[in-house]
This record gives sequence, structure tokens and C-alpha cells, in this order.
Amino acid sequence: MDVLINNLGIIIYASLLYTPPLLFAAMGSCFSEVSGVVNIGIEGMMTIGAFTGATVGYYTANPWFGFLCGGLAGALFGVLHAIACVNLGADQTISGTAINFLAPGVAVMMAKAIFNSSDTVPLDPSSKIPLLFNGVFSSGSVVSNFLKNVFSTYATTYLVFICVIVVWFIFYKTRFGLRMRACGEHPRACDTLGINVIRTRFVCVCISGFLAGLGGACVTMATTNQFRPISIVGQGFIAIAAVIFGKFRPQGAMIACLLFGMCSGLRIVIGTSNAAISAQLISMIPYVVTVIVLILFVGKSHTPAANGKPYMKTK
Amino acid sequence: MSKVEKFLQSAFFRTLISIVVGFAVGAVFLAAVQINVGAAYGKLFTSIFANAKSLSYSVVYATPLIILGLSVAFSFRTGVFNIGAEGQFVVGSMAACVVGILVPAPAIVLVPLCVLVSAVAGAVWGMIVGILKVKWGINEVLSMIMFNWIAFYLSNYIAGLPAIKSDGNAEATKNVQEAAMILLPKSVISKLGLCNSANWGIFVAILLSIFCYVVIEKTTLGFSLKAVGSNRDAAEYAGINVNRAVLTALGISGAMGGIAGAMNLLGMGQRISIFTAQEGYGFQGIIAALIGNSNPLGVFFGGLFYGAIKYGGSRLNLIGAPSEVVNVIMGTVVFFIAISHIFKFRKHKKEGK
Repeated sequence: MDVLINNLGIIIYASLLYTPPLLFAAMGSCFSEVSGVVNIGIEGMMTIGAFTGATVGYYTANPWFGFLCGGLAGALFGVLHAIACVNLGADQTISGTAINFLAPGVAVMMAKAIFNSSDTVPLDPSSKIPLLFNGVFSSGSVVSNFLKNVFSTYATTYLVFICVIVVWFIFYKTRFGLRMRACGEHPRACDTLGINVIRTRFVCVCISGFLAGLGGACVTMATTNQFRPISIVGQGFIAIAAVIFGKFRPQGAMIACLLFGMCSGLRIVIGTSNAAISAQLISMIPYVVTVIVLILFVGKSHTPAANGKPYMKTK
Repeated sequence: MSKVEKFLQSAFFRTLISIVVGFAVGAVFLAAVQINVGAAYGKLFTSIFANAKSLSYSVVYATPLIILGLSVAFSFRTGVFNIGAEGQFVVGSMAACVVGILVPAPAIVLVPLCVLVSAVAGAVWGMIVGILKVKWGINEVLSMIMFNWIAFYLSNYIAGLPAIKSDGNAEATKNVQEAAMILLPKSVISKLGLCNSANWGIFVAILLSIFCYVVIEKTTLGFSLKAVGSNRDAAEYAGINVNRAVLTALGISGAMGGIAGAMNLLGMGQRISIFTAQEGYGFQGIIAALIGNSNPLGVFFGGLFYGAIKYGGSRLNLIGAPSEVVNVIMGTVVFFIAISHIFKFRKHKKEGK
């Protein structure tokens, strides 16, 4: 029983460690997709955010400033995507694919130029995102061990859940959110009603890049302590998948991200306890579960009607 | 319209411009990180064009990219974005690997068998996604991303099984039997001065390019696939079975993705490593398809171009230049291809006036 509780604590801890990058990126993806712009470039935006966060964090020793810069770097590529897709009416998938090559290429080139290596120099613990409840819970009894495990994650873990609430509020309780969702469903009707579709979508894609950048920075400034070319390997796509899984709603995407995060956590625990089951097969679980859940419970998800279609004012 | 004007309006011309811009942007980034641009690009091109050996390396690198590009382009024409080419590639190469290690047979039987099982494995992988879409309405991009990861872990799992795993400490499978390899005869290689990995794969790529061209442009099947791609509702109204078209397209795409994996394994890799991250072949195939404007002939040259740059780029490290500049160049090329229609747009407007 004690072992069980202890393991449970570790699983929760690991889940909370792996979820924030996905969840930040998923929130970003929500913004873009709901406003009607497919953003497959989330992965690249995360990578540049991961690199910028780790680098700025290293040189300024100010984790939050580095974290913010990670977001801004992601937003920069968001601007690029927005110019192509929103202003110039480019194919959104193609532009996103381009960003997935461009951003990691730039990140590793810069890393090699600055650090003379494709990895950045590891951050000191003081330059990393702080642990919020460091030393609040002492180890000892089973319960306090459990609490210590659960609450020993980084501040970004708590920040990301606040972020979800804020995003949910923006989506469903503000005028901007309503307009944004309308732009994703029927841009021409919005235009007729005087909503600036181009500007709304532009802003959404930039926010999307910003949040993806923050997600990337989470990886290099909290989960690990340095940027490496393999820091971001597929998390961006998992985030996109989580958004589709969550039916393009922030709360749905959150549940999907928690599922993926938890499975990563489970893998860490089982991987270390030398269980008879292959770690590779366990790693497969979240993806198989997603497919099964989709078949059994979710089915056809409602994609924003104008998703992926460039909007041009005159025809 | 004059011939020159027609050329200036063509997708080919826009692609050329995009490639020039790609190299220009790559140069800017190289200069920004204080690398001698001339030296780096010089190395890039001399590595490709130095001799028959380096040229054949470029072709070997290009072979799987061409086939993957065809796989992506084929379903693109039906309106399905095959982001799952990565997974199809992985299951294809694993299927070929298992057969190539375990089945004792002479080359004449073994090679076709390997290619066949890889095509079947890839096709199954593609069709699963198609069935999920057709039967349950599940978004194909989502399920392809899932199946890419399932393929990745499945491949890692199989590579670790005792019957397959290498006897040494290497985190990889055994080598497939020599009989399964599709290398050109040693005498030809030494006579022409080609690289050791020079293989028949490129001929398979050529055949598949022709196959795609014929199917898309010359058959009823191709017509119905294109109809579904350009307007799904209109196609359905015209009596085309949209669901079947999507399934067919994904099946054929998947088979080609699988064959790409087999060509890579039997032509160059000879074994499969246990990876910590996806290799990203699928995305390179997407790039090849985009450069080639989803047209079989274009994809062939798109893949060849990418393969050459990829090989040349891998030699950049020798002079201390970052090989990642290749990603920057390719990303920029594709980005400009994405927005290149605006040039055409303006032209039309002027004509309208």
C-alpha cells in the first residue's frame, strides 16, 4: 500500500512535469484553429521558444524573462505564419510545414554559433523556472512523502492551468472570443457585420505562436535544463492532436494533454521499476488509447467550418 | 501569351525563384553566425558534384525522399494531407527488415518479398487511418499523428525482440541478409566509381513516378481521385464514391510510403536502430512533394534536389559550418512556394484592368 501511494505520487508528479509544455502549445493551437487557421507549425514554434528560453535564461539568469522571450520568439514565427496565411492567403499546411523546418534549423544554427555546440549550456538551478513549493513539504511519513512528490513541480505547472482558465474565459466570455470563433465558422458573415477577419486571425495566430513558444521554453527551462536538438520531438504534434481530440475546446484539450502527460509519467515509473512489460509498448499506450477513445466516445469532432480556408476580402 | 510569359507564369518558375530565395536566406543566416558563405555553399555543391561517388550518394539519399514525396503527393491530389508518411515509412522498413533477416531465400525471391511486405504494411497503415475517417469520421491528421507514434514505438519494440536484435551491444537489429540487399553489382560500382550504397532503388523511384503519373492523369480512378480532391461534394453528386476514393488514395499512398522504407533499408541502412526520436523522413517527403507541386515529375526532381542538398549538407560539418542550414534553406523554399501565388495574382489583376 505504501509503495502504491508512493508510486502514485511519482506518477502524478511526472504527469505534472510533462503536461505543461503540451498544454501551453495546445492552448496556442486552440487559438489558431478556432479562428480558422490551421497551425501545423506549432512544433517549430515550440523549438525556437525552447532554444530562446534556455539561451536568454542562461545569459540573464532571470528565468521568467527567459520564459517570456521564449514566448516572443514563438510569436515571431507566428507573425511569419500569419503574414503568409492570413494576409497572403497561402496554403496553411504548407506554410506550417515550412516553419517546422525553418525554426528548428535557425535554433540549432544559433546554438552552434553562440555555444559552439548544438546544445546550450545547462542552466543553473537558480536560472531555471523556480519550484513553487520547494521545502514546504518535508519527507517522512507516507502522506508527507506523497505530498512532497506531488508538489515538487515547477511554477509553470501551476501557471499553465491558470492559462487554461484565462483562455477559456477569453473564448467563451469575451467579445473577442466570440468574434474569433465566428471568424473560424463563417468569416464572410463576420466581415459583413464589420468584424475585421484579417486582424482577428492575425492576432490569434500570433498568440498561438507565443503560447507554443512558452510551451517550448517549459521543456528547456523546467523539465530539463538545456536546449538540445532533440528537446522538442513531436510534442507540438501531440498538442495539435490534443486539440482535435478535445474538439477544439480549451477544456477538452486540457483533458487530452493530461492523458498524454500522465502516460509519459507512467512510462517513467514503469521504466524505472524494471517491469516485465516493454517500455516501448507502454509508450505506445497514449496513442492507442486516443484512437480507441475517439472510436468509442468522441467520433466526428466539429472542426471550425472555415478551418484551413484562407479568407480573402474580395473575390 | 508568349513562351517567355508562359514560363514566367508557370509553377516551375515560381519554384525556381523560391529555391533562389531559399539559398539567399540560408546565406543571410550563415553570415549572421559568422560562417563564410562562399566556403559553405562551395563545400555544399562540391560535395554533391565532386565525382560519380558523391553524385551517387546524392541519388541514394534522394531515393526514399522521392518515393515518400510521391506518397504524399498522391493523396494530396485526393485532398488528404498524408502527414502519416512517416509511420508508413517506419512500418514498411520494419516489415522488410523482419523478412530480410528471418526468411532464408535466394535474392530473386527475397527482394520482391521484402518489397511486397513493406508495401502491404504501409498500405495497411494508411488504410487504417482511412477506415477511421470513413467509418467513424475521425480527423485523419489526428489519427495519422497517433499512428506515426504507434509505428515508431512498434518498430522500437520489434527491433528489441530476441529473434531480430543484433547479437552485439548495438541498440539495433541484425543486418538483413546480403541476399535481401538491392545494391548494384560490385563490378558496376567499381567500374563507374559509385559509392558503396549505390542501389536499384532509384529505378524503383522512376517506375513509381511513372505509375503515379499514369494513374493520376490517364485513368478513371485518377480522375475520380482528383475530382474528390478538388470538390468533395461535387464529386459525390456526380456519383463518385468519395469514401472509397479516400481509402484507395490512402492505400496507394501508404504502400508507397512502405516501399520508401524498404528502399532505404535494403539500399543503404541494412538494419534498423532503436531510436529515441522520429527521424522525420515523412516531413522530408512532404517537402519533396511541395517542391514538386504534387506532380509526379516535379516530385521526382524535388526529391532529387532535397536528397542532394541533404547529402551535401551532411558534409558541411567538415568545414565547421552548421548542416542545419539545409533545414533553413528548405523551410524558406517551401515558405516561398506557399506564398508564391501572390506574384501570379498581381499579374492577373493587371490583365483584368
